[in-house]
Amino acid sequence: MTKWIKDGRIVDPVTERVEQLDIIVEGDRISKILPCGSISRGSGEIEIIDAGGNLVLPGLIDMHTHLREPGYEYKETIASGSLAAAAGGFTAIACMPNTEPPNDSRSVTEFILEQAKRANLVRVYPIAAISVGQKGERLTEFGDLKEAGAVGVSDDGRPVVNTELMRRAMEYARFHGLTVISHCEDLYLSEGGVMHEGEISTKIGLPGIPASSEEIMVYREICLAKHTGCPVHIAHVSTAESVALIRRAKEAGLPVTAETAPHYFTLNHRAVMGYDTNAKVSPPLRSEADVEAVKQGLKDGTIDVIATDHAPHSPLEKEVEFDKASPGMIGLETALSLTLDLVKERILTLPEAIRKLSLTPSKILDIEGGRIEEGREADLTIVDDSAEYVLTEDEILSKSKNTPFIGKQLRGRAVLTMVGGRVVWQRAR
Amino acid sequence: MGGFAHKDLLGMTQLSVEEINLILDTADSLKEISERDVKKVPTLRGKSIINFFYEPSTRTKTSFEVAAKRLSADTLSLSASTSSMVKGETLIDTARNLQAMNPDLIVLRHSSSGAPHLLAKVMDAGVINAGDGINEHPTQALLDMYTIREKKGRIEGLEIAIIGDIAHSRVARSNIIGLTKMGAKVTVSGPPTMMPLDVDKMGVGVEFDPRKAVEGKDVVMLLRIQLERQSKLLFPTLREYTNFFGINAEAIKRAKEDVIVMHPGPMNRGVEIDSEVADGPYSVILDQVANGVAVRMAILYLLIGGARSDKVD
Repeated sequence: MTKWIKDGRIVDPVTERVEQLDIIVEGDRISKILPCGSISRGSGEIEIIDAGGNLVLPGLIDMHTHLREPGYEYKETIASGSLAAAAGGFTAIACMPNTEPPNDSRSVTEFILEQAKRANLVRVYPIAAISVGQKGERLTEFGDLKEAGAVGVSDDGRPVVNTELMRRAMEYARFHGLTVISHCEDLYLSEGGVMHEGEISTKIGLPGIPASSEEIMVYREICLAKHTGCPVHIAHVSTAESVALIRRAKEAGLPVTAETAPHYFTLNHRAVMGYDTNAKVSPPLRSEADVEAVKQGLKDGTIDVIATDHAPHSPLEKEVEFDKASPGMIGLETALSLTLDLVKERILTLPEAIRKLSLTPSKILDIEGGRIEEGREADLTIVDDSAEYVLTEDEILSKSKNTPFIGKQLRGRAVLTMVGGRVVWQRAR
Repeated sequence: MGGFAHKDLLGMTQLSVEEINLILDTADSLKEISERDVKKVPTLRGKSIINFFYEPSTRTKTSFEVAAKRLSADTLSLSASTSSMVKGETLIDTARNLQAMNPDLIVLRHSSSGAPHLLAKVMDAGVINAGDGINEHPTQALLDMYTIREKKGRIEGLEIAIIGDIAHSRVARSNIIGLTKMGAKVTVSGPPTMMPLDVDKMGVGVEFDPRKAVEGKDVVMLLRIQLERQSKLLFPTLREYTNFFGINAEAIKRAKEDVIVMHPGPMNRGVEIDSEVADGPYSVILDQVANGVAVRMAILYLLIGGARSDKVD
């Protein structure tokens, strides 16, 4: 059936324009984009979706999600994570391989895609492991994994310690056209640490993780990108020096891209005071100066992408002593609101912000999306950017509720999510 | 006695100057009980206190036990090996089960920083932090402050050196917070590998060399060197530590003439502290232990005895 998305303010990350336009969707694609008022109800069935002055965005793409299935279905399933994604305005998500078993083989990749198809909500793109069992010893079958549907490789959550292995992974990934995504952490330096090492860790007596444990590995990956010519994507950038290193690499023309997560530009290490395990993440929440540098990196384009690092954990992992808690927070349902705050703060323009949440990740992973153009897949998100709400645990659709943003006032949220011309989620009025 | 509005004693962080003074004054009036023939008053009769020690402890556990008994409270001791923790029960579940038995206070020693804070959130009973990870050990700091006040007549304006593994010492952290609140001038000292980042932001001076740090000090507080830290690359050998960071009688001469030397115990004689110093005339190490009982009696009384009409005498 034909759908008419009426009176939306369309945000185009390609042209960087925000314009009031009407969109006609036929089947799974955008068939026409027209000035408002130029369409009259013709003959035939037409379903009107009244955007009523809300924003219409290209469907958001999260290139860093943990869906926990297979193995940890009590934290999240591909179905529950897909629903949380749709509610957060995401039409596509890329899921990290640290499941049980890890996604290091065709069978796991195919299983994930099969479960995503059953959930039938958003597009799910598996990211495969770099090493077998994420053990950092032998490379996985990149070619076979790509054919099965993997869009990138990463040992996220269990960083590659062996520099030689990382070098070979990058050389080999380049041949297959797979993006290598690196979780940068020197495990020797971070060992035993549970929060950012600095004024607050000293005050509240928690073992620290120095900023240098991230920065050393960021520099390693930059050196390897230079050496191998293989593009490398730096996951969840959290420190000022990491931003500076990536900025310099880009100035030198190296194939380096980077992402950060909303908590790294919203919260700092003070959020850990009171031993709130929901504020325990990896890498840890950093200092005020680091948060400022991450914002600057987003503003000047050093940081290309905003990704959620959605990391569901149950009370079993979170209602425990701080040092025993698993790191991570959920993010699919709050990322858009927190990113819109950057627009309000004038760190980013609205099209810039949306580009970091859609077009750029699609380019890095070489997948569809990020554009509102005639003939493209109709993956769209309608957002009420004036909505103000207090996040409650009850409304969170992710199976896990581990976020320090519960009880916080947030602004702007998705009201309708369309994937391939089909409304997969709509907020109840 | 009023003015103490806390359910728990989690750390020096949570206490005001007035509250610290109230605890020390209360300890003053209770100290004499321990010197009587019959060392017992009925103040906390019918109250139950659980000593819950996830980590080994002799001094602190005994001190709490004695303090509770002198106030006639019923006490019960749990340790990690006798609790359901060995069966995999979580701290929160253990806490909920203990709460179901309706105790008045839990005294918790735990290897995780923030564990008492977690317990306090889920329990109606009061929680006393008897040492949590590398965070705080507030009753030790309070007995140290009591001892300093007893010997020096004041805390404000005193020059105090704290020497040892500052980064991993809950005694150091509680004393830094408490002593600076009370207006003392605190210098921390020890090898750079044991000095936490940005410690100066806690309002203390830093002098890595202990022999310089003791210069002109009214109080020298030594910390126990945990021998297992050697494997964590924090110092090469005990011999090397003693040579460069240990305090001997010669080093103490640089302090003020009426200096007092403190140590929370247990001591590594011949490592961080020379025997000559530990047993010297300026040592108040055993006074600390005696005062520990009075200070802990004061804390128990202020937390769960305040509402009763029974007089302390």
